[in-house]
Amino acid sequence: MSLLSLRDLSLAIHGRPILSEISFDIAPGETFGLVGESGSGKSMTALAVMGLAPHGASTKGAADFLGRNLLTLPERAMTRLRGNEIGMIFQEPMTALNPMKTIGDQVAETLRVHMAASRAEAWAVAREKLARVGLPADRFPLTLYPHELSGGQRQRVAIAMAIALRPKLLIADEPTTALDVTTQAQILDLLKGLTEEDMALMLITHDLAVVAGMATHVAVMQGGRIVEQGATEPLFRARRQDYTRRLFAASEHRPNRTPQARDGTLLTVENAVREYTLPRPSAFAPHPKLRAVDGVSLTIRPGESLGLVGESGCGKSTLTRAILGLDPLQGGAIRLDGAEVTPGHTMPRALRARMQVVFQDPYGSFNPRHRVERLVAEPFHLTGRPKDARDRVAAALQEVGLAASDMDKFIHEFSGGQRQRIAIARALIIRPDLIVLDEAVSALDVRVRAQVLDLLARLQESHGLAYLFISHDLSVVRQVTDRVLVMKQGRIVEEGATETIFAAPKHPYTRALIAATPRIPDDWKENAHAPRT
Amino acid sequence: MRLPLLLGLALSAAALLAALVSLFWTPYDVTALAIADKLQPPSPAHWLGTDHFGRDIASMLMAGAQTSLAVALVAVGIGMGLGVPLGLLAAANRGSLIDEVVMRGNDLIFAFPSLVIAILITAVFGPSATNAIIAIGIFNIPVFARVTRGGALSLWTLDYIRAAEVAGKGRIRISAEHILPNILNLLIVQGTIQFSLGILAEAGLSYVGLGAQPPTPSWGRMLAEAQTMVTIAPHVALFPGLAIVLTVLGLNLMGDGLRDHLDPRLRRAA
Repeated sequence: MSLLSLRDLSLAIHGRPILSEISFDIAPGETFGLVGESGSGKSMTALAVMGLAPHGASTKGAADFLGRNLLTLPERAMTRLRGNEIGMIFQEPMTALNPMKTIGDQVAETLRVHMAASRAEAWAVAREKLARVGLPADRFPLTLYPHELSGGQRQRVAIAMAIALRPKLLIADEPTTALDVTTQAQILDLLKGLTEEDMALMLITHDLAVVAGMATHVAVMQGGRIVEQGATEPLFRARRQDYTRRLFAASEHRPNRTPQARDGTLLTVENAVREYTLPRPSAFAPHPKLRAVDGVSLTIRPGESLGLVGESGCGKSTLTRAILGLDPLQGGAIRLDGAEVTPGHTMPRALRARMQVVFQDPYGSFNPRHRVERLVAEPFHLTGRPKDARDRVAAALQEVGLAASDMDKFIHEFSGGQRQRIAIARALIIRPDLIVLDEAVSALDVRVRAQVLDLLARLQESHGLAYLFISHDLSVVRQVTDRVLVMKQGRIVEEGATETIFAAPKHPYTRALIAATPRIPDDWKENAHAPRT
Repeated sequence: MRLPLLLGLALSAAALLAALVSLFWTPYDVTALAIADKLQPPSPAHWLGTDHFGRDIASMLMAGAQTSLAVALVAVGIGMGLGVPLGLLAAANRGSLIDEVVMRGNDLIFAFPSLVIAILITAVFGPSATNAIIAIGIFNIPVFARVTRGGALSLWTLDYIRAAEVAGKGRIRISAEHILPNILNLLIVQGTIQFSLGILAEAGLSYVGLGAQPPTPSWGRMLAEAQTMVTIAPHVALFPGLAIVLTVLGLNLMGDGLRDHLDPRLRRAA
């Protein structure tokens, strides 16, 4: 008998169809994976099940949960169900908790709402649940506030809230996407442990490797429909549907690239130190200092792809800002082709023009009020605006696979992948020697990411560009770099040729990173069926 | 567009139209006294009646709109002209000495009750419309500086600002090119609010005799002159009062409406 059974669930918002004929079953205690790219409708499916579909939505079909149809249940009954029999956790641990309440109060709140328990009883259960998710009260008192916890710890609190009443089903919407790989591995372990206590888990993710390691059944979604579903291993091995095959290929995609590195050195960083002054702990105490970058040295050769991996807070963004000449160093030096990189106006424009950058967020990277022509032409500020600027913008757009006519559009008319292409065109327009790619593909869907990686490989070949590829995603770094540096707490702990490091990591931290990266078992990838016709 | 915004636009436009028309034409001459016609109730000849000097109230309201709007407009101009650059400067140099000096200077101005200081300024430098403008304008500066700094700070964290820095642009240039256009919504809304407060402040100063001087018509002074006659001729006080209330209401509705209209987050998807 299944716990949750969806039959032909369709959902439309103001008449526009979002989901069509979604059907699947989740058995008690099983882990069910819902995979798809952004906009495929996976989160909307979860919201519809929870009765939290947005304003103006209408649903058809049935969602049977223990004999009750969730789609027709009145709101009062749904509120009793939510948090009680179905729990839910979200992607962003930074905003999922109320910053004004202690973690004990937040976990206890669910209990008090549903069980009318006394404060003391609720706190006792909260203490037990927080211990269950790995936050024992002796080290993490219930009186802590969310800002005193890390992202992974906050996600644990969110899980404790969701499981406080022992729900029969936990819906986890991209629960680890915002977390570092090692933290992700711990949270996934925790979720796995919970399903062994007879709780079913609906795991929504874009990451095939996460699903491969977690779910017994999987459904692949595209455009509001389920393309394919079945038991995980056979589905992964067979890949019967074209879309599933393409997703697979994209997640394993290796751009076709040959090492381009030439002799000489383009960029050197010598013993770079970057400190931040923190607020005084008390009125007369000295300012404590945070050393975000602690004696880092590295070199990049012309035409080389250098990877820099590390988890959030390891200092890679701070190092990037220093390399780009945006922040001063407190020690050491950065040289670009022999000339010293200095912050702000002190750095000559001609030198600055040899470095450009592509950022992570395709939505925050452009002034929404300017047209693409002006956006892409911005770096001409460094070189002087040439007479044929408009033609060069057109050429740059064509180089990244967009049309010259796109330059008269505004940025909101483009998708995330197209925006990253425009960001690359902006970096390319003044023909720099080095492009810093700061998590440049991390926000993209797998298929778009594969295309952008191909584009980067092609441009490197045609322009002899050097890349500094900064990422927390080891699999991507492995696919596109010649050499890799591993950074931890402001220091480089290991460096070497990419393949050597991934094949035989020496430093325990590198080993832990590689071990924590979810992957699809190698033997599942073999013997894929030829397309059935 | 929703009803409050339309109503606000209509009321504000009516005040503006009255002021503009009065530049060329008013039903009667507002400086000519006709004691024989004093304190007449509304009639076909004098739509809103006459005051104790026999002047036509409708004509005086039209000419008074000119004073009110001009004072409020220039006061907002002073506030924006100085406050916005200061706010941009403070945000661009966040945490620096400049930021501290600008913002603490603002706090200093904020610490004084604005109307009392305005009275002080006009009392020291002599009552006139010009001094009223300056007094009201000074208190607009910190308002705009704070709004600007707040809006600008949230933009300074975005990647397109980083990209502009990498393109070698300085802070002043980034502020003008990337920050200012993106906080314009905020400033327009704050501008309409300060505008309506400016009208109130002008009326208040004129009421106590420190604003526009006779014979320049002013809504505030019309009220002041009417108050002794409220029992015998209530219309003389009623109409200037209504003019102030409706104009301020209209501007506030317009400000609120514009904020909803210009902010995509508050616009519900159709």
